[in-house]
Amino acid sequence: MAIAEQHVTSTHSDSAASEGFSWRSWLATVDHKKIGIIYIISAFAFFIIGGIEAMLIRVQLGMPNNTFLSADVYNQLFTMHATTMVFLVIMPMNVGIGNYVVPLMVGARDMAFPRLNALSIWLFLGGGLLLYFSFIAGGAPNGGWFSYAPLTQTRYSPTAGMDYWILGLGLTGVASIAGALNFIVTVLNMRAPGMTLNRMPLFVWMNLVVSFIIIFAFPTFTVASIQLLFDRQFGAAFFNPALGGDAVLWQHLFWFFGHPEVYILILPVMGMISEVLPTFSRKPIFGYAFVAYSGVAIGFLGFIVWAHHMFGVGLGPVANAFFAGASMVIAVPTGVKIFNWIATMWGGDVRLTTAMLYAIGFISMFIIGGISGITLASPPIDLQQTDSYYVVAHLHYVLFGGSILGLFSGAFYWFPKMTGRMLDEKLGKLQFWLMLVSFNLTFFPMHIVGTEGMPRRIYTYEAGMGWEVWNLIETVGTFLLAFSVLMFIYNVFKTLRSGALASNDPWDAPTLEWAIPSPPPSYNFLHTPVVTSRRPLWDAKYPHAVGDDHGPASKPSPVRYEYTDENTPGAKDIHMPSLTFSPMILAGGLTIASLGFIYINQAILGLPTRVAALVFIAIGAVMVFYAIRGWVVDSRKDSPYLGHHH
Amino acid sequence: MSSSASHAHHGEANQKPLVGSMGVDSRKLGLWAFIGSETLFFATLIVTHLIFYARTKEMLNGAGILKELDPRLNYLGIELTTVLASLLLASSLTMVLALAASKARDWKKFRFWQMATILLGASFVGGQVYEFMHLYHVGLKLAPSYALHISDEVYNTIASLNLDPSIVTLGEDHGHKAAIVPSLFGVTFFVMTGFHGLHVTIGIIWLLAVYVKVNKYPDSPENPMDIELGGLYWHFVDLVWVAIFTIVYLM
Repeated sequence: MAIAEQHVTSTHSDSAASEGFSWRSWLATVDHKKIGIIYIISAFAFFIIGGIEAMLIRVQLGMPNNTFLSADVYNQLFTMHATTMVFLVIMPMNVGIGNYVVPLMVGARDMAFPRLNALSIWLFLGGGLLLYFSFIAGGAPNGGWFSYAPLTQTRYSPTAGMDYWILGLGLTGVASIAGALNFIVTVLNMRAPGMTLNRMPLFVWMNLVVSFIIIFAFPTFTVASIQLLFDRQFGAAFFNPALGGDAVLWQHLFWFFGHPEVYILILPVMGMISEVLPTFSRKPIFGYAFVAYSGVAIGFLGFIVWAHHMFGVGLGPVANAFFAGASMVIAVPTGVKIFNWIATMWGGDVRLTTAMLYAIGFISMFIIGGISGITLASPPIDLQQTDSYYVVAHLHYVLFGGSILGLFSGAFYWFPKMTGRMLDEKLGKLQFWLMLVSFNLTFFPMHIVGTEGMPRRIYTYEAGMGWEVWNLIETVGTFLLAFSVLMFIYNVFKTLRSGALASNDPWDAPTLEWAIPSPPPSYNFLHTPVVTSRRPLWDAKYPHAVGDDHGPASKPSPVRYEYTDENTPGAKDIHMPSLTFSPMILAGGLTIASLGFIYINQAILGLPTRVAALVFIAIGAVMVFYAIRGWVVDSRKDSPYLGHHH
Repeated sequence: MSSSASHAHHGEANQKPLVGSMGVDSRKLGLWAFIGSETLFFATLIVTHLIFYARTKEMLNGAGILKELDPRLNYLGIELTTVLASLLLASSLTMVLALAASKARDWKKFRFWQMATILLGASFVGGQVYEFMHLYHVGLKLAPSYALHISDEVYNTIASLNLDPSIVTLGEDHGHKAAIVPSLFGVTFFVMTGFHGLHVTIGIIWLLAVYVKVNKYPDSPENPMDIELGGLYWHFVDLVWVAIFTIVYLM
């Protein structure tokens, strides 16, 4: 141990607790760590809600001819379940952990644009709440998460649910683009001295790739949603074939976004386990450059495979052949990653912590999902399986078996850094095994009923189709799955109250975030670290093992543990941006105005509703104006040139 | 990658980062990425318009009445638009001059050119509002059909063809004889050019904000970058218009 005693009890978590909880310090925060935690808590709350929706769906499908839910409620529930899990759970959970960890990993004080970061979280929350407001405002969206035309036209979707979907996701979309721009600039421009692109941790790499995917994929979705809104509010008929519109155009525009979206969901999680696996194998990642650049390759290829979601349309053999081929090509960089992860563990000093178990769970389940994915990339097979439970099985193996298991891996790995306390490992491992088994109970039989012909998105089915037993098993699996999530919640509360305190570096990890206290002080690093390798902290701790993949390093890593807090000498001189409510007011104004826009032209609701809609838009506009003014004033305070001189 | 410490260090209180590890100002890097994103936004709008225009053309051509009822040829006169395009292109030039003046720290000149840019942009938006109103009065609406005003001669020709109502119907619009064609040409046109106009409007507000700020704090070292960023966005919005003008009006 060349640099310091490693297992030091953190002392300042007590002092942090004694400061007491202040709403202002959270609601007006621009600290990437607090914003990350708000993201994580919000996404987890939506995870519970989306999970409850899933359980209601499974109760309905547990028995044939069940009448627990009506067809209409069922449609709302599966639409909201998927919309929630994609846009309000996995995406923001990735963003939340990224928000917390990425600036620490690159040795920065904060994200590049802290106020924009605050705007992103509040816009995301505003969009999510607006979407859920639809349940009490006459009906949630019910057209499925990809909202195929012409189901989404007012004639077939007469409630305002689809409008809530458009504007709610519009707000979260703006939040995503703003967040992605922030990540791009943070990663490219805020790296500590010496941290070249090829020395960045892989989690940082994947966040960079995903941010580029977001800024190029979301605009088509935004435009398609706006066009759909014009259809519904102003009778435009973009996607209404009866009036000259084109339903397949919606599919193209949606999936041009929607397929890259699935990489937005999975790549950051691949980055997470690319941090967890080396740490708990006590070995550098095998083939760093291959893992990093295969992520880049997946990002590019993700934009040329969208029509494999549309084989059922009948685009013709040439288009089908192209998109089938391109889809199968994606298996190559994905396979490269999987082999590199396995090779990382191979011959390593593997420690089977909960985080590690989840990472291995990710790899195993993702392989199954990947294999069913390759089968679906083949048009003849896809035509048999499309819109069946086989597809539902596939997508849950990659999104639950992949993203969610990987997110739990990341949660167990970084929880000590974020809270200063260690989650209970015993409980965690128990939870892992229960989740893994119940996940397979829930989703594996879907392959079988799918190939036996059970269509997705049916609210009930006849007895005697041979689906009953499998469906019952799936429903039982769902309840066990829910129980495993409850175990995690219990673990979190128990740990926050009485969990073991975490040192700076409880896992003996290689990356920069473990050099500073758990949880870190608001300014992160007292001294900006200087990076000389891909594993700055390992190379500092084990100088005899120093070296890059290309051979021994010329000089040892100068990174050192920091034991600092807000009262450390020098800490007060670090200027951090001031608290500001402006981002929240701006997001609130846009949310309220969006609520108004939903009713602006719903003539059916009569004059009073339209007047109320205009009032909402006016209130929103005033809030936006007030917030922009406040934003300018607050940023002036922080400007070294325009602020009051010290 | 520059290895110089880029962002606020201990002991460097109040030093806002201007240049980061890429050697670029953070805001500039962010704006470039945003412009990349916006390119896809406008590309989608333009492609949607082209798809529906091509369909309308094909339908009218099949019925043998393309020349009489082609929405682009009959609605989009290039005289006004050429003037508008020139205004916007000129505003890019004045923007460059404003930035050059600011680099020379000639604030009087800067104010002149920046205001010229703003006024040229505002005239463009004004011209666009006029164009929209004009198009509305001659039957191009935010609806899945357009009502093209036609002469008695064309009216009689179409009537004699006895065409299917899914291709064209004859009727009236604003008191004129009109051919009503089911087509998304108008909708896609208004949404595309409308969002461009919205971007120009936001650009005007941006340039105005920079004008006010520079006026108030002429000594701030942030000024050149503030001006450059507003200009960068402005040039992009101009470029989008060049694309729309070329693809939608000229081709």
